[in-house]
Amino acid sequence: MSDKLLKVRDLKIGATVYPPSEKPHDIEIVHGVSFEVEKGKVLGLIGESGAGKSTIGLASMAYGRGGVKITGGEVWVNGRDILKTSNSDVRALRGGEVTYVSQSAAASFNPAKKIMDQVTEAAILQGKFSRKDAERRAIELFRKLGLPDPENIGNRYPHQVSGGQLQRCMTALALCPEPDLVVFDEPTTALDVTTQIDVLMAIKEAIRATGVAALYITHDLAVVAQVSDDILVLKMGDMVEYGPVDQIINAPQEDYTKALVSVRSIEHEEKAPTPEPVLKVQNVTARYKGTNFDVLKNINVELHPGQTLAVVGESGSGKSTLARVITGLLPQNNGSVHFAGRDLSKDLAGRKKEDLRELQMIYQMADVAMNPRQTVGTIIGRPLELYFGLRGAEKRKRIIELLDEIEMGESFIDRYPAELSGGQKQRVCIARALAAKPKLIICDEVTSALDPLVADGILKLLLDLQKIEDVAYLFITHDLATVKAIADSIAVMYQGEVVRYGGKTDVLSPPFDDYTDLLLSSVPEMKLGWLEDVISNRKMESAGN
Amino acid sequence: MSLLLKLLAQRIALGLLLLFLVSILIFAGTIILPGDVAQQILGQSATPEALANLRRDLGLNDPPLQRYFSWLGGLLQGDLGTSLTSGKDIAESISKRLGNTLFLAFWAAIISVPLAILLGLIAVRYRERWPDKLISAVTLASISVPEFLIAYVAIFFVSVRLRWAPSVTTINDSMSLGEKLHTISLPIAVLTLVVLAHMMRMTRAAILNVMQSAYIETAELKGLRMFTIIWKHAFPNSIAPVVNVVMLNLAYLVVGVVVIEVVFTYPGMGQFLVDHVSKRDIPVVQACGLIFAAVYIGLNMVADIVSIVANPRLRHPK
Repeated sequence: MSDKLLKVRDLKIGATVYPPSEKPHDIEIVHGVSFEVEKGKVLGLIGESGAGKSTIGLASMAYGRGGVKITGGEVWVNGRDILKTSNSDVRALRGGEVTYVSQSAAASFNPAKKIMDQVTEAAILQGKFSRKDAERRAIELFRKLGLPDPENIGNRYPHQVSGGQLQRCMTALALCPEPDLVVFDEPTTALDVTTQIDVLMAIKEAIRATGVAALYITHDLAVVAQVSDDILVLKMGDMVEYGPVDQIINAPQEDYTKALVSVRSIEHEEKAPTPEPVLKVQNVTARYKGTNFDVLKNINVELHPGQTLAVVGESGSGKSTLARVITGLLPQNNGSVHFAGRDLSKDLAGRKKEDLRELQMIYQMADVAMNPRQTVGTIIGRPLELYFGLRGAEKRKRIIELLDEIEMGESFIDRYPAELSGGQKQRVCIARALAAKPKLIICDEVTSALDPLVADGILKLLLDLQKIEDVAYLFITHDLATVKAIADSIAVMYQGEVVRYGGKTDVLSPPFDDYTDLLLSSVPEMKLGWLEDVISNRKMESAGN
Repeated sequence: MSLLLKLLAQRIALGLLLLFLVSILIFAGTIILPGDVAQQILGQSATPEALANLRRDLGLNDPPLQRYFSWLGGLLQGDLGTSLTSGKDIAESISKRLGNTLFLAFWAAIISVPLAILLGLIAVRYRERWPDKLISAVTLASISVPEFLIAYVAIFFVSVRLRWAPSVTTINDSMSLGEKLHTISLPIAVLTLVVLAHMMRMTRAAILNVMQSAYIETAELKGLRMFTIIWKHAFPNSIAPVVNVVMLNLAYLVVGVVVIEVVFTYPGMGQFLVDHVSKRDIPVVQACGLIFAAVYIGLNMVADIVSIVANPRLRHPK
């Protein structure tokens, strides 16, 4: 058993659940998973939310989050079963032999302590290095991970460095005690797409340079394809497929794996502009109250009836602020918004009921956009009462029509949001927006919080509904794959300005400006060796560095 | 750094403003109190002429606004006025009492604050297990029993039966520090029991709140011992709420211990205040009230300042 670094045999994991109307009880969330990792190799664990990938990753450190318990099987690390060893042995394992990189470095660093103290803490406490040696090694790792000013960055506090930098610091934290295995739990998911590939490259280089083995957990097959040697596909706590990365990407055997590989394959023909746009944003400049710098600088875009304008950019580029101006939540300082042939009042209070009805919104977090104490029927019925005065049987008939349109059906009418899956919640939000019979729906990152396959379903639904209802979408996203799938025209935003704007084909065809080039090339592709190609062909540094 | 200084300056200015407003309240409050000092000094048999003369001499006939500003002007120069009943300088008689009160409060705090925090840490370490439940039960019981009862029970067992410490705790300048501490050991113990629960439970709650954070999981996955995690990672992030409660309790130790002073006949501020309220000696009452208010506002200001300074985002801006 000692030839393999990590060997997991028939691992079963349980958790206590607290359903709303039942007694708390235990369920099994991982049903007998087996895999192994050799020294210096990287195994990718991939699956959608609820697949149990993080749970399995943490089990390799004999750790269960919250009420999670390991109920069966064996986890062998360096030739001993860590589920059967003493507490002090488990402590020596964690932070010594196996270390962990979490999804959100921003939350995983203690805000009250300097980065250096946190990076070296495990190595010093485990007795692997003296403080001086540990700090020297940390600086060496900062340098390898491409952090600016590696000598001094450790003296800063976590809030003093950017998100991408902190994620690299977290990787340094994990590598500092010279572990045998690192568990990377979605380390780049929370980052902007252009920052993601830098961090990904840094992680890959660090793995190569230190010869450490790794478990790389992610929901994004294109990302894991860049760093892994083998891939294990998981679904609802079961193993679906396990094999070398080449085979999984190029010759998947199982249907589920095939679906994951072919995700983002929606095709959408660009439509020609019409003579009369439904939305016309002219010379809009805006700033937040009490600040002295413009978040939006002279924005000019148009959107035609029944079409989709995609607004893309990284976090902080001003794309959500544009939505706030159009909806009247943030009155612009300059410029005007024309909608359906009329000028919209700057602030919300000055808008008429008809303006509100024809301009609807769908949000990123469907969870918090619905009242958890209202049924699906009440939620969708509200705009029907408010705008059309529908009551009783008439209202119910219309609600059922809408539920059919979002492919859910009458049986959901009395359910509460908590009883729905993430994709279903977003569908209810779409139905609520449609109930008002709007001319324009602003979709703010509506698929960002969803798993890829579910997101695909939502995008298909939005496209179908557009054909039926002839509604226009202003689609805000950071994800260029989504843009390619659904847009008719595209506005690329960067630091409050529209840097590129036009029909989809034009915007996505060369020659590119540097920023659009960076953005486009950063979208992970399901292709081995993609990462190295991109890095070597780049013209511009990403903003997150 | 400038943002930090600005916040601190704002907080201190606010404290001073508050103190000024409180001085108005205290003055107004004592004016509308029923009773008459002149009557109190001269007794029931005094003639109306004698009462009128005394009132005029004491300045009780001046308009309230004028009396307030002459009082405030004196305060700003450190002059608290003279006692109506004894004719002594108030600042002089209060300073000794205040010294005694602060002495008792200081030693009670030195023992109770670290003890409360340590018990809070232990309660978190053994959360929902017997040490946690024992600590909670004992501290809650001690805060629930009226303090005079605890005091008398302590006197009965410790002073009367065991004869370990005196029940009458009058201290004077000729005593050494050790003698003084021995003399006041019983009130210290009782006060500690009274203030322990509040601080302990706040420490426990504040740390438990922080224990949900992702960085605690990071620390666990570094293989740290639970107590190291609580002490090094959780406690520094829960200082602000803990300091707030600690300061409230310190303020209580200064301004709220009149019952304990009476039970142990300890010559502190509380007893002094109560004596002069019953004598209608308004300048003394006003001075005591203002000192208590200053202590309260000052300690809460310290709590706010510590909370501000404890925030790494303010201490180390980008």
